[in-house]
Amino acid sequence: MHSVDIVGKQQIRDDLPEFHVGDTVRVHFKVVEAGRERVQVFQGIVLKRGGSGAREIFTTRKISFGVGVEKTFPLHSPQIVKIDVKRKGKVCRSKLYYLREKVGKKAHVKEKRTERTK
Amino acid sequence: MMKGILGKKLGMTQLFGEDGRLSPVTVIEAGPCVVTQVKEEKEDGYSAIQIGYGDIKEKQVNKPLKGHFAKAKVSPTRYLAEIAVAEGEEYKAGQVIKVDIFSQGDRADVVGISKGKGFTGVVKRWGFRGGPGSHGSHFHRAPGSIGACATPSRVYKGKRMPGQTGNKRVNIQNLEVVKVDPERNWLFLKGSVPGARGSLVMVKQSVKAKR
Repeated sequence: MHSVDIVGKQQIRDDLPEFHVGDTVRVHFKVVEAGRERVQVFQGIVLKRGGSGAREIFTTRKISFGVGVEKTFPLHSPQIVKIDVKRKGKVCRSKLYYLREKVGKKAHVKEKRTERTK
Repeated sequence: MMKGILGKKLGMTQLFGEDGRLSPVTVIEAGPCVVTQVKEEKEDGYSAIQIGYGDIKEKQVNKPLKGHFAKAKVSPTRYLAEIAVAEGEEYKAGQVIKVDIFSQGDRADVVGISKGKGFTGVVKRWGFRGGPGSHGSHFHRAPGSIGACATPSRVYKGKRMPGQTGNKRVNIQNLEVVKVDPERNWLFLKGSVPGARGSLVMVKQSVKAKR
């Protein structure tokens, strides 16, 4: 696939901050609604990162009105305006799927555990 | 005009479109091809152009082909293919066809040789369900009954049976041209294309998207 890899390299963005699984991030991304473009923000914990190169994706999770919401973004998507890292998390997994089963306080405790004091 | 070009499948990747959406694309190194012969209605009975693609060593070309290329005053190519053209279109032997005959948003058909799977059973070839793996059923991946007994006393034609799978000419229609890179002779088509990486494919103007 070496020759096709050139295509991927052209698409890789280098303006995004470094963030890891467990971090709380605010993703500003463009949405087109009724022919109008606006920027929406999704704040959540990074549940996983997958793929490599231009195909890299990450999934964020938040609790919205008591319901868990997950959103997966292609990392190098031009629709992402910017990513703010709100908080670093301390985690012992590369995939935080266990958060899905934890509700309320337990999910909260897990979040608390991920806090790092600098 | 009937557009057509020969090329090599380079592989698949993904591209972000203008609207930011991802689309799966196949990258094809298309051309440059050279017109090696122009067939005419009155001489050959139909009108078409023969195009050649790919480098080949001089000593690998046999004598009859050498003469054929010499007639068109072009250097020998590895592959030859014919493309039907409408009467009255101007083509000359030696003319070069490049990837820029296609532009973004066009629709294309792709002909290639699919990956060979060898002699396969009905489960792989036709998607039969097969039987349970265990519990002593003794029926695993066999085709089962292939018809009734006394009537019709034969197996119907077209009955799905085991056999050679793949390694067959396959035509994929109506693929969108996502991007054209004339510098590298690259053509980006949305979706998959028959054949392995590095295999020869022919990209033609779509017959369905004419309307």
